[in-house]
Amino acid sequence: MCIRLGDVFASSGTKTHRPKSGRWHELAVDLAQAACPTTLLSAAIPPSQRRVVAAFIAGVLAFALPTGLVRAQGYPAKYDFGSTATEQEIAAVAIAVPADGKGLPPGKGDYAPGKTVYETACTACHGTDLKGVAALPDMPSGAALRLVGGRGTLASRNPVVTVESYWPYATTLFDYVRRAMPFSAPGSLSNDEVYAVTAYILAEGNIIDKATVLDAATLPKVKMPNREGFIPDPRPELFK
Amino acid sequence: MMTGGSTDPDHASARAQAIAEALARLGEPITEAQAREFAGGQVCDCQEGMFALAPTRRGLLGGVGLVAAVGATAMLPRATFAKAPPGAVEYQVPNDPTKEPGRLMGADGGYGSRSQFETEVRWVNPTRTASFTPLQASYGTVTPSGLHYERHHGGIPNIDPARHRLIIHGMVDRPIKYSLADLKRFPTVSRTYFLECSGTTGSEIMKAREPTAQRTHGLVSTSEWTGVPLSTLLKQTGLKPGAAWVLAEGSDAAVMTRSVPIDKCLSDAIIVFAQNGEAIRPEQGYPMRLFLPGWEGNISIKWLRRLEVSDKPFYTREETSKYTDLITKTGKARIFTFTMEAKSVITFPSGEMNLPGPGFYEITGLAWSGRGKIARVEISADGGKSWSLAALQDPVLPICQTRFRFPWIWDGKPAVIQSRATDETGYSQPTHHQLVDERGPLESGPLFYHMNAIQSWAIAADGSVRNVHPFG
Repeated sequence: MCIRLGDVFASSGTKTHRPKSGRWHELAVDLAQAACPTTLLSAAIPPSQRRVVAAFIAGVLAFALPTGLVRAQGYPAKYDFGSTATEQEIAAVAIAVPADGKGLPPGKGDYAPGKTVYETACTACHGTDLKGVAALPDMPSGAALRLVGGRGTLASRNPVVTVESYWPYATTLFDYVRRAMPFSAPGSLSNDEVYAVTAYILAEGNIIDKATVLDAATLPKVKMPNREGFIPDPRPELFK
Repeated sequence: MMTGGSTDPDHASARAQAIAEALARLGEPITEAQAREFAGGQVCDCQEGMFALAPTRRGLLGGVGLVAAVGATAMLPRATFAKAPPGAVEYQVPNDPTKEPGRLMGADGGYGSRSQFETEVRWVNPTRTASFTPLQASYGTVTPSGLHYERHHGGIPNIDPARHRLIIHGMVDRPIKYSLADLKRFPTVSRTYFLECSGTTGSEIMKAREPTAQRTHGLVSTSEWTGVPLSTLLKQTGLKPGAAWVLAEGSDAAVMTRSVPIDKCLSDAIIVFAQNGEAIRPEQGYPMRLFLPGWEGNISIKWLRRLEVSDKPFYTREETSKYTDLITKTGKARIFTFTMEAKSVITFPSGEMNLPGPGFYEITGLAWSGRGKIARVEISADGGKSWSLAALQDPVLPICQTRFRFPWIWDGKPAVIQSRATDETGYSQPTHHQLVDERGPLESGPLFYHMNAIQSWAIAADGSVRNVHPFG
């Protein structure tokens, strides 16, 4: 039968045999207990020597712990915190649409309903001419609100950066309008309305014609004028 | 009963002036309601609990003759938006603080405030899209959380941490959702890093526009950030072959999104829930944010709710129409320009200060690099003709603001002072000319992102300091 170190210490009747301080000693006792079946502590050891043997083992373990045993215990590779995210939970938030259009929702829209959406939800900031309203309080400057125009200005001191002149992917327009517009009521447009107002803006920018119906199949195929206008970061620029 | 206040009328009026100026520095004129909000309370002392005071106050008044002896007014905060600067509480100022007991602990409700005599605040730009750290009044390297710069794309959401979840999904073996409590059970790391907006000083590329170090360079700050390495979380979900990018998405009104290369996610990226030893501030992403050390601030998505692992970037609005660097020389734009390169600014003396006369001054400022440690900072007092090494304050940490100091005797003649930082990769801060030669001039339109040119402050013979530009 295995003798438990804790029993040895407890049976001593006084606290003087128990290591007084230091978590290493206590850990050593715990570990010695855990390792009990394979330790030298067996019934073969006379009771009179058990305390001495136990103290010796605890001492050895305490010495070895900082370099070996605690590390072996270490950090696990896996933790059981958190829980599996269900398909419904993911679907409720996974709204991002990449350039290939994967994940675009059902629905469709074109210029005419898009004009209605635009006039009710967008003109206050972007203007009836889609060129942005200047000097709005607490809003980015007019330039950031401009949606059309500016082609041919990028290689100049005063570039006009708009959806028409700058944005590389039409999917980005759909994604952004759906997640963040209109500014005062983000996420309030239906998918049909987002398709429609996307079509309106792209048509006003002379990128698609007014008859084009945008949906999950047609939107990713829209070729934006500045599609090839982006290059990877070449920095660091090493100046001499 | 609440009749405290300075007993020196001149002093009181000077301070009222300082506070008015502090409020003006916030930017646009503010309404009285906003002023009350900034001050954190109202005049009326009838509102129990306005400083979580109720229990304390009862405790104070409940017994001890001490209270009667010193009068309750000396110990209780008097919140008057007209008198206390933002972040401070107005207390009575005795004529001689050694002749009466000071206020008891707990009178602040258990959470302290700064001195009512300190007035530095973040400056909010006119469009209220960003606020700037008062670098010219900074000490050391850590930015007080209440002065950390802000940039929001849809305002500051108010999020109940009990209801917030971070979902990791996409090209993973097992999609997992984590609560804040789940996140806090993981082994954590704490790192002191700077965070900088990629647009900092962008408007300064062609000419000197802003008057102070706060308004030129104040979109950079430093905090100690604590959280869980993202690599730990991605080990839990596993990654499918081909995983190359991770879309990070915020839970704000902009549902702000950026695509992050997987290598960054598996190296030093952190999901942060604490800042400077306490929960991260709401304006910094409470209850949790992504933190990508050394990279432009906007990609460290705040109020993080979702990470979607993918094989390609998403080309979101914030990484195409914004935060791309148009090179006007060619008309092409750089995309995925993540790293913030070596930069520095002299914070003293700096714009709008006045030197009282010739003599000794310690020039000091901050230097930082997203590529590692600052190796050296050089100072020029003759507009860049000659340079001398500044002393770097220990500890010099990687991807962290480093304080530099340089003893200087001003002879009273006009001078232009500059600092030039070099990081441990050997990269040195360029001049405005070098940047414009490389990338092309930009007068209007998009911002000149990643503008890290050497800043110049001119000191006139009368001691006044102003922002000057090499283009004249």
